[in-house]
Amino acid sequence: MSSETHINKISGTALPLRGNDIDTDRIVPARFLKEVTFSRMGEYPFFDERFGSDGKPKPHPFNDSRYQGASVLLVNNNFGCGSSREHAPQALNRFGLQAIVGESFAAIFQGNCLAIGLPAVTIAPEEMARLQDMVEEDPSVPFTVDLDAMVVRLPDRTIPCQMPDATRKALLEGNWDTTTMLAKNLPQVRQVASRLPYVGNFRG
Amino acid sequence: MSQQTLYDKIWDSHTVEILPTGQTQLFIGLHLVHEVTSPQAFDMMREQGLKIAFPERTFATADHIVPTDMRSRPFLDDQAEEMMQAIEQNAREFAIDFYGLDSDRQGIVHVIGPQLGLTQPGMTIACGDSHTSTHGAFGSLAFGIGTTQVRDVLATQTLALDRLKVRRIEVNGQLGRGVYAKDVILAIIRKLGVSGGKGFAYEYAGPVIEGLGMDGRMTVCNMSIEGGALCGYINPDQTTFDYMKGRPFVPTGAAFDRAETYWRSMASDTNAVFDDVVRMEGASIEPTVAWGINPGQSVGISERLPLPEESGDPDTTRKAYQHTGFEPGAPILGLPIDVAFVGSCTNSRLSDLRAAAEVVKGRHVDPRVRALAVPGSVQVKIDAEREGLDRIFEEAGFEWREAGCSMCLAINPDQLKGREVCASSSNRNFIGRQGSPTGRTMLMSPAMVAAAALNGKIVDVRNL
Ligand code: SF4
Repeated sequence: MSSETHINKISGTALPLRGNDIDTDRIVPARFLKEVTFSRMGEYPFFDERFGSDGKPKPHPFNDSRYQGASVLLVNNNFGCGSSREHAPQALNRFGLQAIVGESFAAIFQGNCLAIGLPAVTIAPEEMARLQDMVEEDPSVPFTVDLDAMVVRLPDRTIPCQMPDATRKALLEGNWDTTTMLAKNLPQVRQVASRLPYVGNFRG
Repeated sequence: MSQQTLYDKIWDSHTVEILPTGQTQLFIGLHLVHEVTSPQAFDMMREQGLKIAFPERTFATADHIVPTDMRSRPFLDDQAEEMMQAIEQNAREFAIDFYGLDSDRQGIVHVIGPQLGLTQPGMTIACGDSHTSTHGAFGSLAFGIGTTQVRDVLATQTLALDRLKVRRIEVNGQLGRGVYAKDVILAIIRKLGVSGGKGFAYEYAGPVIEGLGMDGRMTVCNMSIEGGALCGYINPDQTTFDYMKGRPFVPTGAAFDRAETYWRSMASDTNAVFDDVVRMEGASIEPTVAWGINPGQSVGISERLPLPEESGDPDTTRKAYQHTGFEPGAPILGLPIDVAFVGSCTNSRLSDLRAAAEVVKGRHVDPRVRALAVPGSVQVKIDAEREGLDRIFEEAGFEWREAGCSMCLAINPDQLKGREVCASSSNRNFIGRQGSPTGRTMLMSPAMVAAAALNGKIVDVRNL
C-alpha cells in the first residue's frame, strides 16, 4: 500500500480468536523470523497451533473453513504482547485480515499495526464476548469497521469503538507512512540534535 | 522549582515537532540494529532511495541467529547464513559500524550497547527489539520498535510516538539473601500484571533499586516490556557514572565532567509528579519462578501453583496448565527440569555468570540435565574467563558457549526438544519460545537456574 492510502472503512466477515495475552511468538513462531522478507508471512500466523509436528492441520479458527476469507479479526485482552516483531501484524495482514477488533492491544503491536496501515480498534469486553459468540454461531455476519464514525457496524446494531486519536487521524488522512511525514522535518531534526550535548560528544 | 520526571525532561528536549496526527516526533540519540528485524527495513530504504540520516549514531551487531557453539562460516543453516550476509551487506552499503563475529565488540545488542558506553543517561534509544527497555537502566528512554519504525529511524533519526504516563515503582527496604534483581522484576510483573504497564513508562526507584549494580538494574528494566510498559528507567546516580567511566564511547577528562553534569540534570526532580505510584517491600520478595505461559504467572519459591479459580485470569491459568501439564496447587519446589539455561539479555552479564558459578562451584549438574551458560557478549566471555568462570561451569557439567541470544529465542541451533522443561534466566516463557512448540519454560534468576541444574528440579537456592 502506498502512503497516500486513506483507510476509513473495512468491511467483511469476521474471524473470532479467543484468549487473553496472545503473544507475538504465538502469532508468528520465531523460526519464521529467519526470512529476510515479509513476503511469505501470510502462511505463518499461529503456525504451531494450526499444524502438528507432522504438518497436519489441527482444529484452529485460522484453519476453520467457516471463517475463510474473513477481513476482521476479533480478539480479547492484551493481544500482541511480547516481542516487537512486525512479522506478527504482517502475517495477519497478509493472511487477509484488514482490521483487528480487540479488548486491548500491547503497545508495540499497536504501533506496528499503524505502521503497515492495519487498523486495530478496541471495544468493551462484554461486547467482544457477544461478538465472538455471535460469529461462532453465524460466521456470515457482515462487519464494517468504520473509522469515520468510530463504530463497528453489524446488521442489527452499531457498537462504539476506540483507537488513539493520532492513529485514527493517520489512517483517515493517509499519513500512516510515517517515514515520509517525519522526513519533512529533517532540518528541525538537525537543529534538535545540535542542541543535545551528547550529540557533540560533550565537546563543550 | 521544576517538578519534572526524567521522562518529561528527555521527552521535551528530544521533541522535534508535534505531527499533524498529534503524535510527537522524537529525536533518537542512538539506534541499535540487529540482523533479524532490519533486512526488510534496509530493503525499504533501498527501494525508496533513502539514506541514513545519522549513520554515526547507528550501530549494528548480530546476536539472535548466531550459533553459540560453531561460529564458522558459512553457517550450517542456510537461512541464518543469508540473514548474516544481509546485515553485513547492509552495514557496508549504508556505512554503519557493524560488530560481526570477528569483532570483540559482538554480542547481544542490549549487552553491548551499555558495555561500549554507547548507551548513556539522558538519551533516547531505539532498536527493533522489545527488550530495548534494558537501556533505561542508565536513565535513558529506550523504545523497542517494529521494522517499519526501524526504517523511520534509519531515514530520519526520529520516531512518531505518543507520550506515555509515568508510574513510579518504589521497592523499599532491602532484599533477602539469595534474592536478585530478577526476582524483583518478576514480583513487580506478578503484582501489576503483564498488561498493567500499558500506556506507562515505569520509573523504578527506592532503596532496593538504588542498591542494585548496573547489571541488576538492566535486568529490571529489561523486563519492563513483560509488564506491558513500553519503557522503564532508573534515575542515573553515582553507580551509573562510575560504570560509564572508561568505556570506549564515553568522553574523557573535562568532557566527562560535562557529561556527568548533563546526566545529573536529566534525573527526576525530588518533588516530581507521577501519574501513579506503587510501593513494594523488598523483604517480602522471595526467589521467584514464572511457571506458566506468560511472565506474570509466577510464584515465590515457598508457594504452590495457583488454582485457576483463585487466579486473576482463570482462562489463561487453565491454558497454562493445559500447556505445562503441571498440577494445579502443587508446590513449585521439586518440579523436575530437563534443561538449564543461563543467558539472554536479561541475565548474561558478568555478575549473572558469577552468581550462577558461585552456586555450581565444586558441584555437579544432575546427569539428566543439559546445562548451558552463554555469555551475553564477547567481552563478557573474556572477562568471565579471566576469572576462571568458564572452568567452574565446565567442571560442573555446564556447556560454556560463545556470545549470543542462544536459547532465549531459539532461532539458532540452541533449542528445546519436545516437551522438555527448561529452567531459564531469560525473559519469556511464551508457548514455543524456546524452539519447541510443546517445550516448557520456567523463568528465574541465574542462581536459581544453577541450583535447579544441580538438582534436576526446582529448589530454593538459599538452602544450598
Ligand atoms: S536475548 Fe532474547 S530477548 Fe534478548 S535480544 Fe536476544 S532474543 Fe531478544
